[in-house]
Amino acid sequence: MALAVRTLFFAAYRDLVRTSELPLELADGATVADLVAELRSRGGPFAHLPPDPAVAVNRVYASASQPLGEGDEVALIPPVAGG
Amino acid sequence: MIRADVVRGPIDTAEVLAGVGDAGDGAALLFVGTVRNHAGGRPVDGITYDAYEAMAREVLRAIAGEAAEILGTERVAVVHRIGTLKVGEVSVAIAVSSPHRAEAYEASRYVIEEIKKRLPVWKKEHYSSGEEAWVGGAVPAPVGPADHR
Repeated sequence: MALAVRTLFFAAYRDLVRTSELPLELADGATVADLVAELRSRGGPFAHLPPDPAVAVNRVYASASQPLGEGDEVALIPPVAGG
Repeated sequence: MIRADVVRGPIDTAEVLAGVGDAGDGAALLFVGTVRNHAGGRPVDGITYDAYEAMAREVLRAIAGEAAEILGTERVAVVHRIGTLKVGEVSVAIAVSSPHRAEAYEASRYVIEEIKKRLPVWKKEHYSSGEEAWVGGAVPAPVGPADHR
């Protein structure tokens, strides 16, 4: 069984990987950390993503160990600089 | 009435301030964040703010709600602008009002500090030299609001 999620990139990460959104298929039971590892394993610019970035799942900050669900919106969050 | 907005056009600070206030309040505060003309010793012409808009609205609403608890009133208004801003333009406006000043100062400060810690907004500085760069900031942690205090 596979798990489909949407991955979102912003600011410096979007410039790095040259896309703002990427659909991904992960194994059932995959966590945030598994998703990041999968992205980095694509090589090229993806290999330059940090190993433990801040991540939001469905618009809420999540830990690396959080399991993902079908259809989740997973955003990689570069260091924030609002204000 | 708590107000929390992410907007693309100019912020009318007087209108944000007018969104708070009550006959029972003796203190109203307006904080205005503006684009400065320098950063790290380099001349700056402007800043482009990028946001994860849907999440930024939710986080801003949560921050405003937490500020209302500090304030003891619901009279909190916070508006963050995104897009490209020139030097001197307003990037964020925060208005609060309460019966006494201490809570107003504390709540206003809370909102701007939490924005800097966890609002999913990013800025790219445009230097007068023609170069530009995303500015590093805070790494948000996956914790509840109580842990941010």
